[in-house]
Amino acid sequence: MKNWKTTVLAGTALLAWAAAAQAETVKVGVVLTYSGGAAEFGQQVDRGMNLYMKKHAEELGSNKIELIKRDSKRPGGDIAKNAVQQLITRDKVDMLAGFIFSPNAMASAPLATQGKVPMVIMNAGTAWIPSLSPYIARVSFSMWQSGYPMGGYAADKLGCKTAAVGYTDYPPGKDSLNAFKTGFEKAGGKVVDAVPMGGPREVPDFTPFFQRIKDAGPDCLYVFVPAGNHATAVVKTYNDLGMRDAGTMLIGPGDITQDTKLQGMGDGAEGLITMHHYSADYDTPANREFVEAWKAEYGADSTPDFMAVAGWDGMAAIFHVIKTMDGKIDAEGAIEALKGWTYDSPRGPIMIDAETRDIVHDENVHKVIKKDGRLAIEVIDTIKQVKDPCKELKVGKCGQ
Amino acid sequence: MGAPPDISAAAAFMERRHRWRPAEALPWLAAVAAFFLFPDYTAFGTQVLIMILFALSLDLIMGYAGIVTLGHAAYFGAGAYAAGMLSAHLGWGEPLTGLMIAGLTAAAVGFVSGVVLLRYHGLTLLMLTLATAIMLQELANVQEEITGGFDGLLGISIDPIFGLFENDLWGRTYYWYALIVLFALFLIARRIVYSPFGQSLSGIRENVGRMHAIGSPVHRRLVTVYTISAGMAGIAGGLFAQSNAFVTLDVLSFARSGAVLIMLILGGTGRLYGAFVGATVYMVLEDELAKLSPEFWEFGIGLLLVLTVLFARRGLLGLIEDLGARFGKAKP
Repeated sequence: MKNWKTTVLAGTALLAWAAAAQAETVKVGVVLTYSGGAAEFGQQVDRGMNLYMKKHAEELGSNKIELIKRDSKRPGGDIAKNAVQQLITRDKVDMLAGFIFSPNAMASAPLATQGKVPMVIMNAGTAWIPSLSPYIARVSFSMWQSGYPMGGYAADKLGCKTAAVGYTDYPPGKDSLNAFKTGFEKAGGKVVDAVPMGGPREVPDFTPFFQRIKDAGPDCLYVFVPAGNHATAVVKTYNDLGMRDAGTMLIGPGDITQDTKLQGMGDGAEGLITMHHYSADYDTPANREFVEAWKAEYGADSTPDFMAVAGWDGMAAIFHVIKTMDGKIDAEGAIEALKGWTYDSPRGPIMIDAETRDIVHDENVHKVIKKDGRLAIEVIDTIKQVKDPCKELKVGKCGQ
Repeated sequence: MGAPPDISAAAAFMERRHRWRPAEALPWLAAVAAFFLFPDYTAFGTQVLIMILFALSLDLIMGYAGIVTLGHAAYFGAGAYAAGMLSAHLGWGEPLTGLMIAGLTAAAVGFVSGVVLLRYHGLTLLMLTLATAIMLQELANVQEEITGGFDGLLGISIDPIFGLFENDLWGRTYYWYALIVLFALFLIARRIVYSPFGQSLSGIRENVGRMHAIGSPVHRRLVTVYTISAGMAGIAGGLFAQSNAFVTLDVLSFARSGAVLIMLILGGTGRLYGAFVGATVYMVLEDELAKLSPEFWEFGIGLLLVLTVLFARRGLLGLIEDLGARFGKAKP
């Protein structure tokens, strides 16, 4: 009998405690690729999020934030979807965040709608992801945001009349190809060749692809390869074949001059021109502060890249929601709070477009230079506040 | 009566083997109990049931017929894409017929590839099964227009089962749906392995030369069981597509072929229930470890596998049997 009473008492106490805690603890389910070959991407986003939380902890006042982390493992969709399902039904999270691979975000989108949980996308770059659920907001980028303006810039400012495109044969690569091609041809250029260069997993030997392009002799070679080790091989092959001397300029989206890989690319990378929204070398107060905090936290050898910044900005967005709603999150309110939200990010001024719930940010023209004995990014031009051109131009699925 | 005594002894043996043992109710009771004990885990439980079915299909060919394969995901994927595309492109959302078509498609793929593949054995067979799955995966990647490619097949919408039971966020309906499908197919599998046909498969596994010598149509038997197994794997894939409402290239991946092989070995091959134990232990462990440590969970899985290979070569069920034999000598 006594035991029974104790149990009830303890149970009631537990319930009361849980109720009290729920009133001010916002649970955020974080789904990232923490294991396997893409673990470094997950780590960048994770660190970006944690750094923001640490630096701005006092802003939440009495409210608290609790991260529940899940590994999405492969880009297969099913594991991420199961993780999201458990986060919603079991952990009763108030918000969802993360998502490295696009298929994982796409598979999870219906659950955000069904469970009415706002979802902040921190990487997944397939253009039409935000239209899959009314509760999605994206703080990262879309592949079109760099490719399309690069097309226009290459024709207008870099003096390219003809271009060839080499791309890794999977959706981001094809998106980037279409974006560049659309922008380039709109500005009067002509794409003479588009070469698929293998899948995203293994780094191929680029020589045969580049040889074919060299033979075509275009003014520009636009290359999209996944962030990671591909880019080093691209730059090496480009130099080995003497394409620069043959009059072909190597250009691309910023994925190929990722901050974490830049130093490993060698001096051959000098002069490379890319279009992107972030580099750790940006000389703005917000970025200096961010990079300094990063190096203090994770070591001087560690460098944040565009994924880390998406984690940072994503957490800023989550903080904004918590502050606006005073810790009592509902999906409609959260998304309303995010629509039109502006923030002075390390990458520059950003905004969540009220209509598409997608990110709007500056695209910068990066030039790789040598500075103080190391490779660095110099911003030589800026295109202000680029909205996702895929949705603006209503291309394919973006138009639906 | 009247039959020669040696045949009636064989018949009695087959019948004795085929008789249900009380312990066989355990996994089914556990599956029903799990639904009520862990109400928040039903969607995960559904995935476990699907993998059990998939592992069971592999057990038919690997555990009983001795066909070692590294490409069983080919049939899982064929079923998943069949069920998925049926809904996404043709708007056919009725789940049961969808599942049947998934099974038939995969069985057809299994039959065609089986006729060729099963002429080989050993390492050659291993490589060829692997190649078949990779080729199918590449095909699905290239045919992006209809499969969705790397980004996955969107737009799958499945009608309520019998027009009555809709799947909810918790996936409760699909848990029962998967459990009933698993039970039905288990009955078929059990029937097969305890039949004279199943017995001849074991014969092929143990001594193929002798089976040839007694005039058993070895190749035909192998193709038959391979087709049945592919069909079962396809139904598992169909359930997967319907329950997730999403299919990506991952369903055809080597990782999936490997995982199902590991699950089966973990549980124990050639014993039907090995699939139940192996898939459940593997998936629950993977899920729990990944929750504990999203970064380092693979270490725990690896450790378990090493320990299994070192100390329980016949799988977890084999280990239980061995322990039972050591400590319970009184039992016959």
